[in-house]
Amino acid sequence: MAHPNQLTAMHGPLADNAAARRRAKRGRTDLWLKGAGLTAILIAMAMLGILIGSLVYNGYAAFTQTHVTLQIDIDPARIPADNPADGNYRATVNDALLAQLPDVTGRRAQRDALRILSNGAQYILRDRVVANPELIGGTLTIALPVSDRYDQLHKGYVDRETPETRRLVKNDEIGYFDVLIDKGLISKPFNTALFANADSRFPELAGLSGALWGSFYALLVCFLVAFPVGIMAALYLESFAPRNRWTDLIEVNINNLAAVPSVVFGLLALAVFLGWLGLPRSTPLVGGLTLALMTLPTIIIASRAAIKAVPPSIREAALGLGASKQQTEFGQVLPLAMPGILTGTIIGLAQALGETAPLLLIGMNAFITSPPGDLLEPATALPTQIFIWADSPERGFVSRTSAAICVLLAFLICMNALAIFLRKRFERRW
Amino acid sequence: MLGYLFLLVLVASVFGFFFNRFSARREMRRGVERFRSMDLYHGVHAVFLTGLPALLFALFFLSFQGAIVDAVLVASLPADAVGTIDASGMSLLKSEIHSIANGIVFGEPEPWKRDAAAYLNSLSTIAAIALWVGVAAILAGGLYIARRRVFGAFPARERVEAISKWLMIVCAVLAVLVTTGIVASLIYESVRFFERVPISEFLFGLNWEPQIPIREGQVAGFGAFGWIPVFIGTLVITFIALFVSVPIGLLSAIYINEFAGRRLHAVVKPSLEILAGVPTVVYGFFAILVVAPAIRNAAASIGVDVAPNTALAAGSVMGIMLIPFISSFADDALNAVPRTLRDASLALGATQGETVIKVLFPAAIPGIVGGILLAVSRAIGETMIVVMAAGLIATLTINPLDSVTTVTVQIVTLLIGDTEFDNPKTLAAFALGLMLLIVTLILNVIALNVVRKYRELYD
Repeated sequence: MAHPNQLTAMHGPLADNAAARRRAKRGRTDLWLKGAGLTAILIAMAMLGILIGSLVYNGYAAFTQTHVTLQIDIDPARIPADNPADGNYRATVNDALLAQLPDVTGRRAQRDALRILSNGAQYILRDRVVANPELIGGTLTIALPVSDRYDQLHKGYVDRETPETRRLVKNDEIGYFDVLIDKGLISKPFNTALFANADSRFPELAGLSGALWGSFYALLVCFLVAFPVGIMAALYLESFAPRNRWTDLIEVNINNLAAVPSVVFGLLALAVFLGWLGLPRSTPLVGGLTLALMTLPTIIIASRAAIKAVPPSIREAALGLGASKQQTEFGQVLPLAMPGILTGTIIGLAQALGETAPLLLIGMNAFITSPPGDLLEPATALPTQIFIWADSPERGFVSRTSAAICVLLAFLICMNALAIFLRKRFERRW
Repeated sequence: MLGYLFLLVLVASVFGFFFNRFSARREMRRGVERFRSMDLYHGVHAVFLTGLPALLFALFFLSFQGAIVDAVLVASLPADAVGTIDASGMSLLKSEIHSIANGIVFGEPEPWKRDAAAYLNSLSTIAAIALWVGVAAILAGGLYIARRRVFGAFPARERVEAISKWLMIVCAVLAVLVTTGIVASLIYESVRFFERVPISEFLFGLNWEPQIPIREGQVAGFGAFGWIPVFIGTLVITFIALFVSVPIGLLSAIYINEFAGRRLHAVVKPSLEILAGVPTVVYGFFAILVVAPAIRNAAASIGVDVAPNTALAAGSVMGIMLIPFISSFADDALNAVPRTLRDASLALGATQGETVIKVLFPAAIPGIVGGILLAVSRAIGETMIVVMAAGLIATLTINPLDSVTTVTVQIVTLLIGDTEFDNPKTLAAFALGLMLLIVTLILNVIALNVVRKYRELYD
């Protein structure tokens, strides 16, 4: 385009004014469009940033847990050596804590001070002693979790400046806790309970192990059902099926199935798996089957694309060498299509891992305090555990929900990274 | 226990495969007769004769075992004790007997219940033994027959290929069965619902208060089942979601496609994919943790009163969820516009912006509309965000500041913790599910047709 000054020279001042105005206006439209587009992208990026940022900000605290280190005298009078599981661990633990707080006297004050310890502390001690009965009669130094309120206090979520009446932890209680801090008994190690324990009513004891096992079993069932069925269906539709009304029907069906809302699959599972077949509620088996039905269209569509991408020359060469149709497909085409199929499968499984609504309908949101031992024991899954915790009122569950989400997102990122790796590493361009 | 059964089937199949394969190979090496099929097919043939029928038998047996055991159990109960109870009482009784049989006893059950529980335990043992014996017999028989067929003239490859072709057909038909299962179960339960609540009341009623009468003849407790307010609530949230996602998704797609340099492209595309891959339960938590308080604070600072579960929070978060969806559809639509149109416009002296607004965008509109329709169908069917962030009470309002409820929220809340499908409250969820399925399917069919028509335009 000519330079504006040259145009001025050619057309005189009048034409220049009108043309320049028009050009400026056109340029403004362009700028406006660019600005709007950039703003839109920035908004989307900002939302992603806020989403991840708020989860990490709220969740990182849950990866540590405040503990108090106590010296515990394991008194044979309280804990019988012949039956250690039956001992009075509550009193044992409480005495050890009160021994560190000699200034606290009076029943009421002592009762308040004892709330520093988690309700689960006695069971942690019990499990230790039952595992090692020779501890009885000796002294054990052990770090025990403190209850949620003090965990929040120690992590700085309780503002000491707030008026006492509006604060979760009272002045006296902060005083007791500060004594323990001054003695160096309070520590904040990595929260192993988050991964080792199953769900609990007490945030300081609640963990994801039940949910992780439940999700693992459900995904296992989902994979074992959807992967072979999906490959066989895709191979049939792509390579063997005659082109007629029936195969068209199947095709339309699969495409529509991919668009059915997930909660409807939950209704199907509820009516068929639980209602008609009478499979047990809340179990990873039913959850896995439901997820398999949802993943099936994804796997079939991805597998068909991968099979279609194998060039016909491969098929023709195999057939020309005397292989049968099935030998060609299973022996030559399927191995070449496998990277694409696996990529689609992993992406489908990643979707299944994050799926919540159908699992709610089949009862995988129950309160279950032990990880499932097999496919037929009630369990939760990672996303349903997040849903349960998000509903819990305790402050500690907010950060644990965020932490659980971080764990879920980490799994999803790993699965998708694996899918991308497979695609990059094994994808062949013909 | 069951795990060991399937392990047995697996071990027997693997054994059969190698046993038959090596047998065939040995026979081949002896060279007495020419073999029609390769040793591999004799091995696979053994698997198809052992593992496959055993697996089918086990699944078939397990599907019907519960119902048959229950029927035998009910028939054995003393007539004078069960003569008067109805269906729901019977299911209660059955679950009580089951829990006694599992050793969970509340209070002091009558002796005949204890007897029934003992009988149930013996029945379960018999069933388990029958299952194991049946599976073992099938495995042994299959192995025997397969080994007998290791001879040269046996067409093992043809047999294997015929069976595997049928297996493939069954797998393909399974996808159809899923759809049929969805439609059938929804219609079946919905019909039962419409027997209790007239269909006209459901479709046109303006009140949604699902309740079950607690006692016979209760006047006010039957509840109202008009889905209009629930549907309006769904539309309100969907509209808010589109209001957020369509401009942002569209504009970002235009920018990425037309203006962005390679570096920005490399950052934005994966970020949008991450946004698309975040599970909806995470968005739901984001809505209650961040967005809802932010909206409340913002409204309070300008003196507007918003409901705690305002539709704005759920809707806008759903909008964020839909941004990558819309932008990828707009991206595809813009890319599908033939290069010649773009070049012609630029060659005539139009600026890049003018080309986008006056040439590319109008040409891409059908594809974009198709994408938006699909996004609407996604928004209507989306569950977790609204379950966590929207309200539970159906109010007939289109004010986005109020709390509204949606179809999916009602389905989930009506069914959580309920297993008995014999009252209008739980059956209503299936009627809502049916409506949800119909609406989303219609939207999808329209959207796919729009997209296809438009593709043909340029092909």
